[in-house]
Amino acid sequence: MSGAEIGLALSVFLACTVEAVEALTIVLAVGSTRSWSSAMRGVGAAVLALAVIVAVLGPALTALPIGVLRVIVGGLLLIFGLQWLRKAILRSAGLKAKHDELESYKQETQAARAAGGRHAGFDGYAFTIAFKGVLLEGLEVAFIVLTFGANQHRVALAAAAAGLAVLLVTTAGVAARAPLTRVPENTMKFAVGVMLSSFGMFWGAEGAGASWPGGDAALLAIIPGMLVAAVAMAKILGRGTHPAVSA
Amino acid sequence: MTRARGLLLATWDFVVGDDWRTAIGVVLALAFTALVAAAGISAWWVMPPAVLGLLWLSVRRTARGA
Repeated sequence: MSGAEIGLALSVFLACTVEAVEALTIVLAVGSTRSWSSAMRGVGAAVLALAVIVAVLGPALTALPIGVLRVIVGGLLLIFGLQWLRKAILRSAGLKAKHDELESYKQETQAARAAGGRHAGFDGYAFTIAFKGVLLEGLEVAFIVLTFGANQHRVALAAAAAGLAVLLVTTAGVAARAPLTRVPENTMKFAVGVMLSSFGMFWGAEGAGASWPGGDAALLAIIPGMLVAAVAMAKILGRGTHPAVSA
Repeated sequence: MTRARGLLLATWDFVVGDDWRTAIGVVLALAFTALVAAAGISAWWVMPPAVLGLLWLSVRRTARGA
């Protein structure tokens, strides 16, 4: 496996772990307060929808000429990655509330109890909330799987990394029967933001006709460089601010 | 609102989010990279400062609004 492929697998794995933890919290909340069977049907439907999106768009993207693919997908990945990184920097600087799974779980549980209208059979609320939660969190992962996978022509590797993350989070969630509060989500989001932005910049520039010194090895300078710059930005912005309350 | 327009808006919101200036900046930086490369000049140096500059402007803008 090349360095770029390891970076691909690692980025997808981290991004998918973070999103899976958030989706797990939603499913646990509606499953435990409403109906497990309906919540699991919602999860199944969302996973199926996501698989169809990746299966349809993956081959369509990889059919594009590599130059066009890299400039379009690299550019999109860079724009998307800068969003992640901006939020991560603001969280790290204490200017944006850090994500707290326990708090999210409490809010989802309260909303599920307040929704009312529970029936012995199929529970529409549990199905819809679980479906929406998994689909929305999963769409970000599908975007990352498609952009990373298509650029490297390794959609299957990206999908496998995402699948492994889902499997690990699900296993941990089933074992704990509680939100995974110990997963360092905010740090992982920072790392994902750095990776997405770095790869997006690398591929976007290549697609635009630039040649990086050292080829793929340039990523070994780009990724740490982006990380150092992002940490420095967080430190500068964080001076004199008080940490935002978790939400 | 038609479904197509709704889908387009949702896609824009998903990829670009609330910071369209950064998206425009990325597109301009890539276009400049393409111009420099097309002129036969090494163009890899365009993106790193452009991206870091856009990121810094973006976080500062949001921090000031926070």
